[in-house]
Amino acid sequence: MADPIFGRLDWTVTPFDDFFRDPSINEGVAAAAASAVPLGAVAVIAFLTWKGLWGPLWRDWLTSADHKKIGIMYFVLAGVMMLRGVLEGAVMRTHQVTALDGGVLSAEHFAQLFSTHGTIMIFFVATPLITGLMNYVVPLQIGARDVAFPVLNQISLGLTAAGAGLVMISLVIGKFGTGGWTMYPPYTGTTFSPGPGVDYWVWAIGISGIGSTLAGINIAVTIYKKRSPGMKFLRMPIFTWTSLCTAIMMIYAFPALTVSTAMLALDRSLDFRFFTNDLGGNMMQYANIFWMFGHPEVYIVVLPAYGVFSEIAATFSAKRIYSYNSMVIATSAIAVISFTVWLHHFFTMGQGASVNAAFGIATMIIAVPTGVKVYNWMATMFRGRVRLSVPIIYLVGFFFLFVFGGLTGVILANPTIDYQVHNSQFLVAHFHNVLIPGVLFGVLAGVHYWFPKAFGFRLHEGPARLEAYLWFGGFSLAFLPLYWLGLMGMPRRSASYDNPAFEPAMWLAVVGAAMVVGALGVAIWNFWASARDREALACPVGDPWDGRTLEWSIPSPPPEYNFYALPRVNTVDAWTVEKAVGHPYEMAPRYTDIEMPRSTAMGVVIGGASAAMGFAITWWIWWLAALSFAVIVAALIARAFVRETTRTIKAVEVEVAHRAFLREASRTPAVGRDDEIAPDNLGHARPAVPA
Amino acid sequence: MKDDARSEMRRYAIGAVLSAALTLLAFWAVMSHGMARSTALWIVGAAALAQIVVQMRCFLHVGSSSKREDLHLILFSLVLGTLMVGGTIWIMSSLHDRMY
Repeated sequence: MADPIFGRLDWTVTPFDDFFRDPSINEGVAAAAASAVPLGAVAVIAFLTWKGLWGPLWRDWLTSADHKKIGIMYFVLAGVMMLRGVLEGAVMRTHQVTALDGGVLSAEHFAQLFSTHGTIMIFFVATPLITGLMNYVVPLQIGARDVAFPVLNQISLGLTAAGAGLVMISLVIGKFGTGGWTMYPPYTGTTFSPGPGVDYWVWAIGISGIGSTLAGINIAVTIYKKRSPGMKFLRMPIFTWTSLCTAIMMIYAFPALTVSTAMLALDRSLDFRFFTNDLGGNMMQYANIFWMFGHPEVYIVVLPAYGVFSEIAATFSAKRIYSYNSMVIATSAIAVISFTVWLHHFFTMGQGASVNAAFGIATMIIAVPTGVKVYNWMATMFRGRVRLSVPIIYLVGFFFLFVFGGLTGVILANPTIDYQVHNSQFLVAHFHNVLIPGVLFGVLAGVHYWFPKAFGFRLHEGPARLEAYLWFGGFSLAFLPLYWLGLMGMPRRSASYDNPAFEPAMWLAVVGAAMVVGALGVAIWNFWASARDREALACPVGDPWDGRTLEWSIPSPPPEYNFYALPRVNTVDAWTVEKAVGHPYEMAPRYTDIEMPRSTAMGVVIGGASAAMGFAITWWIWWLAALSFAVIVAALIARAFVRETTRTIKAVEVEVAHRAFLREASRTPAVGRDDEIAPDNLGHARPAVPA
Repeated sequence: MKDDARSEMRRYAIGAVLSAALTLLAFWAVMSHGMARSTALWIVGAAALAQIVVQMRCFLHVGSSSKREDLHLILFSLVLGTLMVGGTIWIMSSLHDRMY
């Protein structure tokens, strides 16, 4: 049946011919979305060719093994995917205001939308955002020159991008699965979903999941092995602590995802019977394994955001973080307890009451360390000299909204209540209420905070504040009404409903969705406007916020080897102490040659081959699948024979660069915190007294 | 230096042979007909545990002279493995009991 060359691919798989056959709004939306992908790709290709940027893109970015560039590329990837995810959310909300007894989109199209929206937001927005953030910041905070395995780092990015690419391709060629972002069998088995949609999901998630496992290994080993002299575990910044816990959780949680997707792939492609109704299969095992990953994943994405909030609470209050040790203990406790609660995602599957009770209690317990953290952040701000700038706006918004979302989580942790509201809009409201104010606000605050470090200029404060308020308001309108809808009995994933009482809340939600789209527009505009005004916003000396940790002691953007000489650390908040009582901006006693990783195309080759393999298996093009797999194996073997993996930067060169930087620092006037967002702030902070 | 490399190489070779043998053993247990189902399951389980030991010893170089960090990681893995395996057995057997 399948063609030997093209598998099950033919000319009827795009949404365009459906649109020509049946030019309805439903098919129009699908065709417009499908054209956006190739048009966007053509626009990017044209722009790169016009500006002659192919060479620099390849040399300086795609083949670079520099952790800073890889971190930024994670952000670019997540940003593109987030645009699609948010727009899908807005389309769904627009559909739902028309969905009283009908609606503009077909139920199948709506199902594809919520499936891709969830898949994208979890795997290709939240995960790459926090991976990118850890990649960029952790080596700088611990005084390292790069991550432990720079090439592996590149491969992790390549695998994540391959997964994201498969999800994008599914818009144009074929259709995505309709089983929601968790793709529960037996519905997603070949009996009920024979098409390529679920295969797209399986391979996108399988491939990028392996990338995330490798990223976790890399970050954990980096923190274990590459800390600068004197930086004991209890002297690490809190963001590094949360990254360590996150990385370890990634190592243990993502394999469960790999196992569940691999088993589903075996069911679908090789006719296995793991999750079928008959012949010994058990679909409940899928939910069990999937959530063994799925719940830790929630904390994997939220812990680094907690780390960001810890850094900015201290920095923008000009105070040490309140109760450092309890912060560390709370972080570690969350990391372990998060592996004991996965069953609360399927309380209603049918297991006994005592099982439900045990997992419900564990779920309530995990709220305690989170509560400790919230009190610690508030205590950090208490009687501090708080500057109410963008990161603090996100932090305060987080206090209000996240605590609310956390409390509804404790409500849901009670199995008897969960039986009433599970699978309703109440749940949708709850998890958006923890993920948006938790993860997204944290990352957005972190972007504003570390952006000047990465690019050498600040973002405009005004538009960024507007963006923060729009996120706060847009989120509140778009999701808080859903609690009410859920309690009134509206199921989640409703393509259509027949109760007119739902309609007013849906209108509120669509207004909120419009505000969120507006926030995203302001953010894009602000990146562009700040890049245009980068002269006025420059902060080359690299310490625009009077920072407390090591990354603020180096220029912005940092040299590729990060530190001219590895700093010696003997306290927490080492840079603040150095500025207050030590000798900041001084020559090192001695400089050494620095070995840095050479560029390599491994990430591009393995990422590209994995994407081709996933696509080939989805469409049953077996020769291409075998070929791509052979390319992956051959590339790994060939890499083992490369002897010259590093290149040396001479000590003299480093010394000269350091002297130039110190001259610039001493020429630059120090500014106090009142002028933080004025053009005078060139990144030389006048330290607050006392430290 | 050369001896180090040789003994290192030998260790990898032994590891590769042993892990291949254990894999084949598991396949043989399942594919050879005439073995009781429970016997086959026990053999597969034992081969899996032995596989873990071989890989730890020969590929990850975990041994008696290892560092504390290795011990932490192994203990943590044990805790999480117990949670995941134990939790799964508890959940699935509860589901199983209530299905009939």
